[in-house]
Amino acid sequence: MSKSTATQTARARPLSPHLSVWRPTITYVMSFSHRATGAALYFGTLLVAAWLITAATSESAFNTVQWIFGSWIGRIVLLGYTWALMHHMLGGLRHFMWDTGTALEKHTASKLGWATIIGSVTLTILIWAVGLAVRGGF
Amino acid sequence: MSDMRTPLAKVRGLGSAKEGTEHFWRQRLTAVSNVPLTLFFVGLLIALSGGDFADVRASLSNPFVGLVLALFMISGLYHMRLGMQVIIEDYIHGEGLKILLVMLNTFFTIAVGVASIFALLKLAFGG
Repeated sequence: MSKSTATQTARARPLSPHLSVWRPTITYVMSFSHRATGAALYFGTLLVAAWLITAATSESAFNTVQWIFGSWIGRIVLLGYTWALMHHMLGGLRHFMWDTGTALEKHTASKLGWATIIGSVTLTILIWAVGLAVRGGF
Repeated sequence: MSDMRTPLAKVRGLGSAKEGTEHFWRQRLTAVSNVPLTLFFVGLLIALSGGDFADVRASLSNPFVGLVLALFMISGLYHMRLGMQVIIEDYIHGEGLKILLVMLNTFFTIAVGVASIFALLKLAFGG
């Protein structure tokens, strides 16, 4: 083994995550938020499971879950869950486009990034507006 | 040439992990099914907004609603298991911890799935 090879092996190579080394462009922020919302939804599934399981088993437990969901902290979490779901879904649709080899051009990708964040916020507001209308107010 | 692969390895196309593009393909397959299933789930939650225990049970015990929700859970859980596996593989560099977390990821998603499907079956078949 040559000397240079030995030095390269010994030096610590850069490993992920390395978010801080990039300037936050819209495509990078959307890439990161796609993964972050995916991870959040992973644990958010527990909320869906809690809702289903208590609906199937116990009225008092179900009412407790509903009470937590209806509290201010609960509502903020559910609002975040709704946004994460919409954001991850729109980000996924963007990936489907890229899978076909289209919309990969730099400026197109940036526009799609903005469309993703604007779309996810708009859909979240729409879902909650309709939901609250069905419910009949706050 | 510089290609060291045998003709058999090339025709199988599975690479060194012997899985080929299976992870990617299943990730995209469940992503496609997640779109209509998620839209249904969100629509159901809007319709049930403000509903009490009896309303929610009546809706979830409907066979169509129960079936679609079961598909939503299965598709979503499979998708999130694949996604979390990639996150673990990207950020956890210790081999032992990585394998442990990949195993826990599978256990977690199966446990949530089994409990949710059980709940839906119980709602569908009474009791």
